[in-house]
Amino acid sequence: MTKIKSLADLRKIKEEAQSRIKLRENSTNPDQVVQVKVGMATCGIASGAKEIMKYFVEELEQEAIDAVVTQTGCMGYCYAEPTVEVKLPGKEPLVFGHVNKEKVHEIIDKYIKRGELVDGIIPVSFKTIDD
Amino acid sequence: MKTLSEHILDIVQNSVSAKATLIEIIVEEDKITDLYSLIIRDNGCGMSKETLAKAINPFFTSRTTRKVGLGIPLLKHNAEAAGGSFSLESEINVGTVLTARFQLSNIDRPPLGDIWETLYLMFLSYTVGNLVYHHKTEKGGFQLSSDELKEVLGDVSYQQKEIREGILELIRSNLEEIEVTK
Repeated sequence: MTKIKSLADLRKIKEEAQSRIKLRENSTNPDQVVQVKVGMATCGIASGAKEIMKYFVEELEQEAIDAVVTQTGCMGYCYAEPTVEVKLPGKEPLVFGHVNKEKVHEIIDKYIKRGELVDGIIPVSFKTIDD
Repeated sequence: MKTLSEHILDIVQNSVSAKATLIEIIVEEDKITDLYSLIIRDNGCGMSKETLAKAINPFFTSRTTRKVGLGIPLLKHNAEAAGGSFSLESEINVGTVLTARFQLSNIDRPPLGDIWETLYLMFLSYTVGNLVYHHKTEKGGFQLSSDELKEVLGDVSYQQKEIREGILELIRSNLEEIEVTK
């Protein structure tokens, strides 16, 4: 990989890859793509949520799934961190607890790709938090 | 928290919750005075004197989802454990400034950690305002803001492989250049 030292270098990378590059999904139609929100308050970060979020970005890219990965706050399930909220288009969001790298694969392979439920769902009438 | 990066990721969330449109993260290393300082400044809604006084209490939080708020107390503890100091200043409708100082050579100073990954994740999530990172060492300084990235990358998804690797490489190579303390 060529050295990227400045914003100009980054611009070059973008231009070279432009043809293959997708627009920022969330700015166009957030409801049409998979939304993954990783709980990243103190509890989540202390349990390794940063690695999980990074892993989600890499794996979803690898699998060529249109998804938006973002942070969210504490959902109140500090005992089950890292927690991840997944919302498939047209469905209610689900929250998964105790997410590790294997769980990320399971969530992507089973839930996101095939709509099958996997273990580790936090079963509540869940509402997305705002902060 | 094992690294300063994790503290930064955590504290910046407070600024985001405070609806800040400008968040500045400033890391300064000074080998001569043996000081390592982290300043996080925002123009969010700020805190009243009463709230400010309670913010360092681990049993205070403005959240309703749980009853503890450990982000600030953990950082304060880490700074003080590493021969440093901690201060928090805030004014309603003006913003908040958090300063954590560490003794640079202290064995208990948390390492910076993978700040490039941390910044990348923050740039990915924080889209409502400008997030600026400054890092100063005696070799020079490095600065990157989310506005600059937005201008260069436009509507392209930061999750795209080439772009993600580009942003990470940009931060990492520049920090290497100014020889940041790990």
